[in-house]
Amino acid sequence: MRVDALTGVLLIPAIAAALLAVLPGYRMTARLNVVATTATLLCAVSLFFRRPPTGSYLLVDDLNVTFIVLTTFVGFTTSVFSASYIAHELETGRLTPSSVRFYHAMYQVLMFAMNLALIANNIGLMWVAIEMATLTTVLMVGIYRTHEALEAAWKYFILGSVGIALALFGTILIYMAARPAVGEGLDAMVWTVLVKRAGGFDPALLNLAFVFLLLGYGTKVGLAPLHAWLPDAHAEGPTPISAVLSGLLLNVALYALLRFKMLLAVNAGALAPGPLMVTLGLISLVFAAFMLYRRRDIKRMFAYSSIEHMGIITFAFGMGGPIANFAGLLHMTMHSLTKSAIFFAVGHVTQVKGTQRIADIGGLTETHPALGWGLILGVVAIAGLPPLGIFMSEFLVVSSTFARAPALAIILVFGLLVGLAGLFLRINSIAFGEPRGPSAKAKASYVPMFAHLAIVFAAGIYMPPALVVWFQNVAGLLG
Amino acid sequence: MSRIDFDVAHLLAGTLVLISFLELYQDRLYSLLNVYALHALVLAASVAWQALIQDAPHLYVTAGIALVFKAIVIPVTLHRMIIKLGIHREIEKVVGVGFTMLAGMGLVALSMVVMLRVTHNADPLAQEDLAFALAVVLLGLLMMVTRQNAVSQVIGFMSLENGLVLAATGAKGMPLVVEISVAFSVLIAFIVIGIFLFRIRERFDTVDLQALDQFRGERR
Repeated sequence: MRVDALTGVLLIPAIAAALLAVLPGYRMTARLNVVATTATLLCAVSLFFRRPPTGSYLLVDDLNVTFIVLTTFVGFTTSVFSASYIAHELETGRLTPSSVRFYHAMYQVLMFAMNLALIANNIGLMWVAIEMATLTTVLMVGIYRTHEALEAAWKYFILGSVGIALALFGTILIYMAARPAVGEGLDAMVWTVLVKRAGGFDPALLNLAFVFLLLGYGTKVGLAPLHAWLPDAHAEGPTPISAVLSGLLLNVALYALLRFKMLLAVNAGALAPGPLMVTLGLISLVFAAFMLYRRRDIKRMFAYSSIEHMGIITFAFGMGGPIANFAGLLHMTMHSLTKSAIFFAVGHVTQVKGTQRIADIGGLTETHPALGWGLILGVVAIAGLPPLGIFMSEFLVVSSTFARAPALAIILVFGLLVGLAGLFLRINSIAFGEPRGPSAKAKASYVPMFAHLAIVFAAGIYMPPALVVWFQNVAGLLG
Repeated sequence: MSRIDFDVAHLLAGTLVLISFLELYQDRLYSLLNVYALHALVLAASVAWQALIQDAPHLYVTAGIALVFKAIVIPVTLHRMIIKLGIHREIEKVVGVGFTMLAGMGLVALSMVVMLRVTHNADPLAQEDLAFALAVVLLGLLMMVTRQNAVSQVIGFMSLENGLVLAATGAKGMPLVVEISVAFSVLIAFIVIGIFLFRIRERFDTVDLQALDQFRGERR
C-alpha cells in the first residue's frame, strides 16, 4: 500500500487508538492524543493540494474534503480541551485511570470511524463506518457509569441501532436498484459509479430506498421526531464528547444523506428529496426552539440548540440551489465551530460549579470572567446575531427562501426568533446576576474556545474570497 | 433458476415471517429465547440455500455466523444472564396480544403491497425475498415498541437484524454481505454485553424499561 495523505487520515487514528489503549499515565496519553489529532489534521489539509486517485473503496472530492478538514480540525481542538477536562475529572475521581485510557482509545477510534465514513466511496463501507462511530460514542456516553449515564447510553444504543438498521435496508435497496443497470458485484455499491449511472435506475426502488435512508441516517442527524436520544446522550457523556457529537457526528450522518440526495437528483423519474428534507428540517427547528424554554440542565439546553441548527442545515440543503446550498455549508461549518466552543465553555463551567443545573449556576461573568464572556459570545453567535458567522449563513438561508417560498420563510424566521429568545432567557441568569455556586478558580484551557469563536467572528466580518469560491464550487456539486 | 430452487427459498423466507409472528405472542422469556433461536436457525438455512443456488460460497460464512453466533451463543448467553441477574421471566406488554397480532398482519400486508409493487422489474426470487425481509424487519420493530422488557426488546432488534441479513443475501451478488453481517454481530454482541456490563439489574433493580423512564424529559 502506498503511503499518502489518505492513508494517513485513517492510519494515524487507528495506530494512536491501539497505542492509547495500552499506554499508562494520563499526562503522556493526553499529549499523544493531541499529537495524533494534529498529525491527522495536517494529513487532511494536505488533501486540498494533492488528491489521491479514486478507488472503489475510497474517494476524495471537493465535497468530502470540506467535511474531512472540518472534522479533523474540531477533533484537534477538542483533544486540546479534553486534556484539561480529563485532568479535572481524574482529580475529582469521576474517572479512573483505566477509564481514561479507554476514553482516549475510543476518541481515536471515533476519529477513525468518522474519517472513514467521510472518505468511503462504497455505500456499504460508509454504513459500516457510521455504525462503528455510533458504537464508540455509545460507549463514551456511558463512561461515568451513573444511573443517568447508563440510561442515556442504553437509549442512544437502541434508537441508534434501529436507525442504523433502517439505513442498511435502504443501502440494500440502492444496490437492488443499481444491479440491473450496473451489473452484479462491487461496482453496484461504488458511489462514483452509481452517480454516473443513476439515470437508468428504477425510480420507484430509489424512492423507497431514500425514505429508509432518510429515516435511518436522519435518526443520527437528530432530526425531530427521531431525536429522542440526542439530549440524553449530550447531557450525560463527558463534555468533550458532547462537543464532538454536536460538532461532528451529526454532520457525518448528514453528509451520508447528502450523498444519496445527489444520487436521486441524477434520476429524472425519482422523487425530489428536497421537500422531505425541508419538512423534517422545519419540524426540528420549530420543535427544538420551543423545547429550549423549559430546560433546567445546561448541557441538555445546548443539545436542543443542536437539533435546531441541524434542522436549519437540513432545511437549507433540502431547498437546494446554489445559494441555499452555500448557506447550508456555511451554516454547518459555523455551527460546528460555535457549538463545540460553547461546549468547551460549558464543560469548564460545570466542572467549577460542580453541577449542570441552570438554577445552580449564576453570575459567571463576575466569578469567572473569561468563561462567562466566552459563553456569552458563543450564545450570541449561536443565536444568530450580527456580526458573527451564523448571522451571515442564517441570513442567506432566510433571504434565499423568501425569494422562492415565502410561506416557508415565515415559519423559518418564526422558529429562529423563538429559539433566540429561549437562549437569551437562560443565558441571562447563567451569566449575570447574583453569583451562585462555588467560585473556585478554573483550571481551564481557553485557547480552543477562543480560537473557534475568533474564526466565527472573523467569518462574520470578512470571508476570504478563496473560501467563498471554494464553498460556491461545493454548493454547485450538491445541485 | 429451477422451480425447486425458488420454492425452497420461498418456503424458508416465509417460515421466517411466521416465526416472527410466533415471537410476537410469547409471554415468557425462556420460550421467547427458544423461538428466537429457531428464527436464527431458519435464517442460517435460508442463507445457506441462497449460497447454494447463487453459487456464492462466501455466503456460507454468513450462514455459519447465523448458526453458531445467533442460534447458539446468543440464546445460551442470554439464558444464563436471565438466571444470573434474576430477571423477571414474564414479559410485560404495552398492548394486548390480539392488537399486536392484528398490527403485525397489517405490517406484513403493507410490506407485500409496497415491495411487490416497487420491485416488479427485479427477478421473482429477489422480489419475494425483499418483501418477506421487510415484513420481518417491521415485525421486529413492532416487537420492540410493544414490549417493556429490555431483554425482549433486544430480541426484537435481533430478529429485525435477521430480516436485514435475509434482504442482503437475497440481493444477488451483493458485495460486503459478510462484512456487514460481521459488523452487525459485533453490534449485537455489544448490546448483549451491554445488558450485563451496564448491570441493568443492579442499577435499576429491574430490567423493566418502565423503571428507566423516570429519566425521560428532565432530570429532577
